[in-house]
Amino acid sequence: MDTILRINVAANGGPKAKAEPVGAYAGMGGRALTSHMIAREVPPLCHALGPENKIVIAPGLLSGTAAGQSGRLSIGCKSPLTGGIKEANAGGQAAQVLARLGYAAVVLEGEAADDQLYLVYINKDGVKIESAAAYKGLGNYELIDRIKERFGDKVACISIGPAGEYRMAAASIACTDMEMHPTRHAGRGGVGAVMGSKGIKVIVIDDAGAAMRQPKDPEKFKAANKAWVEGLKKHPVTGGGLPAYGTNVLTNIINEAGGFPTNNFKTGQFKGASKISGESFAATMTERGGQATHGCHRGCVIQCSGIYNDKNGKFLTKQPEYETVWAHGANCGIDDMDTIAMLDRLDDDYGLDTIEMGATVAVAMDAGLLKFGDAAGAIDLIKEVGKGSPLGRIIGNGAALTAKAFGLERAPVVKGQAMPAYDPRAIMGIGVTYATSPMGADHTAGYAIATNILKVGGFVDPLKPEGQIELSRNLQIATAAIDATGMCLFIAFAVLDQPETFQALLDLLNSFHGLSLTGDDVTALGKSILTAERDFNKAAGFTKEMDRLPSYFKREALDPHKVTFTVSDEELDQVFNW
Amino acid sequence: MMTITIKLFASLRQGRFESESRALAEGSSVLDALELVGVSAAEAAVLFVNSRHAGPKHILAEGDSLAVFPPVGGG
Repeated sequence: MDTILRINVAANGGPKAKAEPVGAYAGMGGRALTSHMIAREVPPLCHALGPENKIVIAPGLLSGTAAGQSGRLSIGCKSPLTGGIKEANAGGQAAQVLARLGYAAVVLEGEAADDQLYLVYINKDGVKIESAAAYKGLGNYELIDRIKERFGDKVACISIGPAGEYRMAAASIACTDMEMHPTRHAGRGGVGAVMGSKGIKVIVIDDAGAAMRQPKDPEKFKAANKAWVEGLKKHPVTGGGLPAYGTNVLTNIINEAGGFPTNNFKTGQFKGASKISGESFAATMTERGGQATHGCHRGCVIQCSGIYNDKNGKFLTKQPEYETVWAHGANCGIDDMDTIAMLDRLDDDYGLDTIEMGATVAVAMDAGLLKFGDAAGAIDLIKEVGKGSPLGRIIGNGAALTAKAFGLERAPVVKGQAMPAYDPRAIMGIGVTYATSPMGADHTAGYAIATNILKVGGFVDPLKPEGQIELSRNLQIATAAIDATGMCLFIAFAVLDQPETFQALLDLLNSFHGLSLTGDDVTALGKSILTAERDFNKAAGFTKEMDRLPSYFKREALDPHKVTFTVSDEELDQVFNW
Repeated sequence: MMTITIKLFASLRQGRFESESRALAEGSSVLDALELVGVSAAEAAVLFVNSRHAGPKHILAEGDSLAVFPPVGGG
């Protein structure tokens, strides 16, 4: 991983690729690399869809190695949704494959010279770029079927669907999984729109003939990996709950806690929760011949994914994640599994962020465009997005824009990005993360649910403001560092509770790269990433007044606990005061 | 005696039940309720009484709803 591949889309005669040494970005991976490169090379005041913006695609420091759970990919840019810096993170095969080919990053830069679409093919011999005109307008599923016909089923793909081509602010970038389905998305912040603005439809990565990356100290690395995998397997969350029920094991517990946003964040409990819970999904998937336990990339130990078949036993989509089940389910008043699975499939096919889309459909429902619980209407609305109709263009640009278009105050967004599946009034720690993360409302940026609800890493009462600032601060720092390693964020459950598993992670990094990192160095890494991101946002015009929840979260009490968000603005301003 | 509702989730349902009403002596604790349905304190990682986090020593009251979760996570 000592090479950066820059693809200049402005070149005459179509994009040109140039490999260069990693240079100033040596020793960086994942989010560290994407955020530092965006902060250094992209003018903060540029338009996100303009020529000065860049897409940076970076595997983590441990991606492409034998280390378990190391297949996460970071995709960075200036976000067309938030107007700030963005790192969207995805599983699937791409990170491992890119890293094995020796790339620390692939960068798409410049102004597309024409309206053409291009395909980028990368293998051990180099890079080829050709017209993708034949793929124009294709959904991710058909696109990948065509790629398979041509390149076989051993490659990994990074692609956009029609939403990315339309440059919608909710457009995602899809990564293929082990079965070569385009189900793993860098979802948030409209990264797909930026890829679309660069005129790149798909990047095909072929690691045939490329070896696994080799550690500096193979013996220590092997021992560390053994301890690492054992640690993940022995923790009851990473070794038990997640593989058995997937991320949607959360539906019942968040609903029970009264923090499960229902009908566009009107109440904190959903009557239909048990019908769409992880327990119900797992039983249905098994009954229909799908899989309830499955990994999204080679080397996954936790196996939280699954395969969802339709009523006829035919593949429909991957097991919808908790966030998707919530967004298209409870938040829209929909309690039908097959509807949620179909919406997940459509979002993946068009290349859309499921969180933003569910939040947006709920806003449309709240505005009276359709009724809460209207399953067929929700599917039709997402199909409008796929068609690119005038209504679809509004919906495809997210919850904030849709609320504005329909004259509605209740847009559950921070910095223009929709809140995920936890109400910040009943779970105040996550509210602090939503408010202050440089990414906009993002649960993964500092997953306070672990300590507020799940009692992982201790316990901080979710219904009170005390302790939430420190909790979110520490989690945001740790998360930024984990996002640099290429490790799946779910390792945090084991790392927070088991000091020996955290040590195994340090040992993996040190033995692979010949380093001597300590816990303090990891903290410093997280802080440096957050600082670069916040500096970019500040230069892009962000102020502390943007580190706030919409005011109705302070005004409207949420049932059943009848709580408002009571962390003060002054306290929010202390999150990054370390 | 008093009646409470006990709800079990995820792996705790295996060989048990999803939701049942049970009679308990006045003054019983969450731990007493867990013993009644054969769930050990170690298995019960997260407990809610009427949607609020509660500990095993919490004293139950007539009509309470006790929700019991094994260690779970996601996101």
